[in-house]
Amino acid sequence: MKAVVVVFPGTNRERDMAIALERATGRKPVMLFHRETALPAGTDLVVLPGGFSYGDYLRCGAMAAQSPIMREVAGFAAKGGHVLGVCNGFQILCEAGLLPGALLRNASLRFLSMDCHMRVERAGTPYTAHWQQGAVFRAPMAHGDGNFFCDDETHARLVAENLVAFRYCTPEGTLTDAANRNGARDNIAGIVSPNLRVCGLMPHPEDLVDPLMGGTDGLPMFTSLVDSLAAA
Amino acid sequence: MKARVYVMPKAGVLDPQGKAIGHALEGLGFAGVGEVRAGKVIELELAETDAAKAKAAAEEMARRLLANTVIESFRVEVL
Repeated sequence: MKAVVVVFPGTNRERDMAIALERATGRKPVMLFHRETALPAGTDLVVLPGGFSYGDYLRCGAMAAQSPIMREVAGFAAKGGHVLGVCNGFQILCEAGLLPGALLRNASLRFLSMDCHMRVERAGTPYTAHWQQGAVFRAPMAHGDGNFFCDDETHARLVAENLVAFRYCTPEGTLTDAANRNGARDNIAGIVSPNLRVCGLMPHPEDLVDPLMGGTDGLPMFTSLVDSLAAA
Repeated sequence: MKARVYVMPKAGVLDPQGKAIGHALEGLGFAGVGEVRAGKVIELELAETDAAKAKAAAEEMARRLLANTVIESFRVEVL
């Protein structure tokens, strides 16, 4: 699996992502700067990592969504390529229109830096194949704008088409308001595109992929990708 | 000419910043303040001299970048 990690000015989680990808694939991903105008030949997966691209100016992810490489990433996605956005990467995917909705300021107005739990709402995607439906896993989160919002029509479509990949929950797997720390609509932590190949989520599974990090709860996302993309 | 783009959170979109400002005003003793909404104003210096064209250009900029129409509405004023 050939993975590419896009690095924008202000991205700061690209190395965490590279470690997770290397651990799952045995290969170092290509780190690609935002000014590039082409993806390397044979790219299987593009990852937009977390951070504060362009200092979160205007809106989180708004500037990055307009950068030269994002035109390529949009073209890659349109041709059925796999694109993962985590945290700021999720914000960029929404701003670029590759995923619906938007990420608002956390309802508490506080920056949230803590572990959260998520329930796998859609198993069997390239990102969730190694989890059981309804599995609960832990992941760190670190964001000020993770409050997923979409209008009623979009929400109805996400639910009807089963495109909600992850929801915030208690460690036991119950969806509660208390577990929904950023105030996201319907506890939505992550979604997938209709072809299941574009995925965005706010928490950081890449930061729990090794016992030395305190656990391997996030590893299934990366091993799922390796299996799905090797089979493709 | 100058164009001013007003960007506001859409009705129904949670505006925690506006809420916090409202609470602070209440704390300062200002009575009778209802809902507070916080947006932003972006001023553009445009080479265009035709007001209608300048407005259309600024609206296109707002649609493409200055506002996220999923969550924000905008209004353009040409000065």
